[in-house]
Order: sequence, then structure tokens, then C-alpha cells
Amino acid sequence: MKGETLARLQAERAAQRAVVLLTRLSDGAQHLWPQDAVPDALADAARDALGREKGAMVTLDGEAWFIHPHNPPLRIIVVGAVHIAQAMAPMAAPLGFEMIVVDPRGAFATAERLPGLTLNTDWPDDAMAALKPDARSAVVTLTHDPKLDDPALDAALRSEAFYIGALGSRRTHAKRVARLRDLGHGDDAIARIHAPVGLDIEAVTAPEIALSVMAEIVAARRGAALGAPRPAAPSQQRVSIGITA
Amino acid sequence: MSTDTTQSEDILAIAAEWRAAGEQVAIATVVETWGSSPRPAGSRLAVTASGRLMGSVSGGCIEGAVADAAWQAMASGTPQVLDFGVSDERAWEVGLSCGGKVKVFVEPLT
Repeated sequence: MKGETLARLQAERAAQRAVVLLTRLSDGAQHLWPQDAVPDALADAARDALGREKGAMVTLDGEAWFIHPHNPPLRIIVVGAVHIAQAMAPMAAPLGFEMIVVDPRGAFATAERLPGLTLNTDWPDDAMAALKPDARSAVVTLTHDPKLDDPALDAALRSEAFYIGALGSRRTHAKRVARLRDLGHGDDAIARIHAPVGLDIEAVTAPEIALSVMAEIVAARRGAALGAPRPAAPSQQRVSIGITA
Repeated sequence: MSTDTTQSEDILAIAAEWRAAGEQVAIATVVETWGSSPRPAGSRLAVTASGRLMGSVSGGCIEGAVADAAWQAMASGTPQVLDFGVSDERAWEVGLSCGGKVKVFVEPLT
């Protein structure tokens, strides 16, 4: 790889633009797509590889090419710069996520509490309008405060976010569901919310809850059954992780 | 910093840092897998002539052999394609016991 190709590839990635490295195996010749003009067959393969998030080999004119997609990172937008967010922070980057924390309460969203993260101190409705969650985004609300959580959930439900989770007990969630209905969300939309948030591992401490949330996000991202939205359970028996948070 | 779809460490950033520090560097990339190979296509290993390794192209089974090829690629300036698999005697030598097959592209960073 030429140093110049590496520098261009890294610049695209740093700018969070999707980029595909195309390598001819016979001699190591390389192109970047979509930045460089390449034959249609390679461009099609590059587009496909980005969509599938998987590297692939293609043959063009008898030559083997490796198509190596580099998507921008998945994002986790967390509302609430609380203890659980602090525990999630060090897990995010190694798992391949950029974590962004939204909290208008200045005492919470500080670089001292959350070093190395992107912090947004706008109100959640403004923050969500700016962050524009997409199909590569997860949204998690952790404040317990409807004034902060509800606008974020409202925006998340209107987005293609691949995961939406909300901290809080089943009782809290039932009240939240009523409020979201008042905002015009139907049952199918509301069923997208994972609540109580996180896999049921009987988590008690903030790091345990953070682990359960991160595991559920990974499961959703990878298409595991554990990460699928859970139908609202009528049972009142189970103590949810949200209660202990 | 953005991340790869297949690994969270940014091996390219590490390779660039090593290069900037005056090291000779090669990059190995898994380009094709069959069966139960441990690392998906796109997984990278960076190697320096001085013997530093970062990243992985298998569960540790073939990294030594890949590093050897990386040193050759750095010396010759020419990329190489390496095949490892159960049908390949070399794979047994280097211990790819998982039953999978992998194709690895090794290129010098010039």
C-alpha cells in the first residue's frame, strides 16, 4: 500500500465518510471508491460490500480484487450523562461504536466525568435534530426524567435507529408508553423500545447494567434473537433492572 | 476515530504511526475465508521489520507464518498472496487446526 493511499483512506475514515479500498491481488494496485474512478463492476461490488459490511473477492477481466468496505462507526446516542453512561463509555469504542452523550444539565455532561466522548449539552429535542439518528444508530435514554427522555424517544421513534432502549421499571415504562401514545406513536412504533433496557442478567450495579445494555445493542446489531424488540409482558412479577438503577 | 466493520482496533492508524516513526511496515489482510476460520475477511495484521505485531488474521495460528511473509514482502517490495488451510501442509506446520481455510494478502507499506 502506498503511504499516500493510506493517508487518503484514513482521512476519509476520520471524516466519517464511507470508503472502500479496492486491491488487485496480483500486483497490489489500489483504488478508493467512491473517490477514484473505477470500472462499473468494481463500483457495484464496492457499494454492495458497504451495504453488507463485509469484505469480498471479485474477479474482473481474470484479475482477483479484494473489496474492503470501511463504514463510519455505528453510533450510540445516550441521553443522560449518568453513572450508567460512565460505565458504558469505556466499552463503546472497543465494540466499534462512537458514543455521544446528550445532557443539558451542565453538572453531568462534563469531560471529567466522560473523558474522550462527544458531549452535547443541548436539550434532547435539539440534540436529536442535530444528531439525526439513522439506521446505524442506537439511542438509549437513562435520565429517568420524562422532560429529557421523552423528546429523545419521540425523535428516536421517528428515525430508523436500529436500537432504542429506555431505562426505567415496567411501571415507569407503562406511564411512558401512555405519554408517547399522546405524542401520536402507535403500538408498533412503541414496541421498538427495549424497556426495561438491557438483557435480563439480573444486573444490579451500574457497570452490570452498562454491560447488559451494550450486550443488547450488540445483539440487535448482529441480528441475534436476544436483540429483537421484546413484546410487552403482562407479568408484574419480574423485578426489572431499571428499578435498581 | 472511525472503526472497521471487522475489528475495533485501527490497525491502519497503528501502521501509519509506525511508518511515521521510521519503521518499515507491512500490512496483512484476510481476503477470503472458508469454513470455520476465526477472523473474517478484512481483518488486518500490521508487522514491522523490527518485529512488532499488532492486529490479527487468525486466532494466533498463522500469525508467525504471515509475519515471515511480511518480512519477505518488505525486503522485496512485492505483495504476496498466502493460502492456509487444512489441505495445505503448511497450515498443519503453522497449526491452523480449526479446520478452516484463509487467504491472506501481504503488502509492504511504501
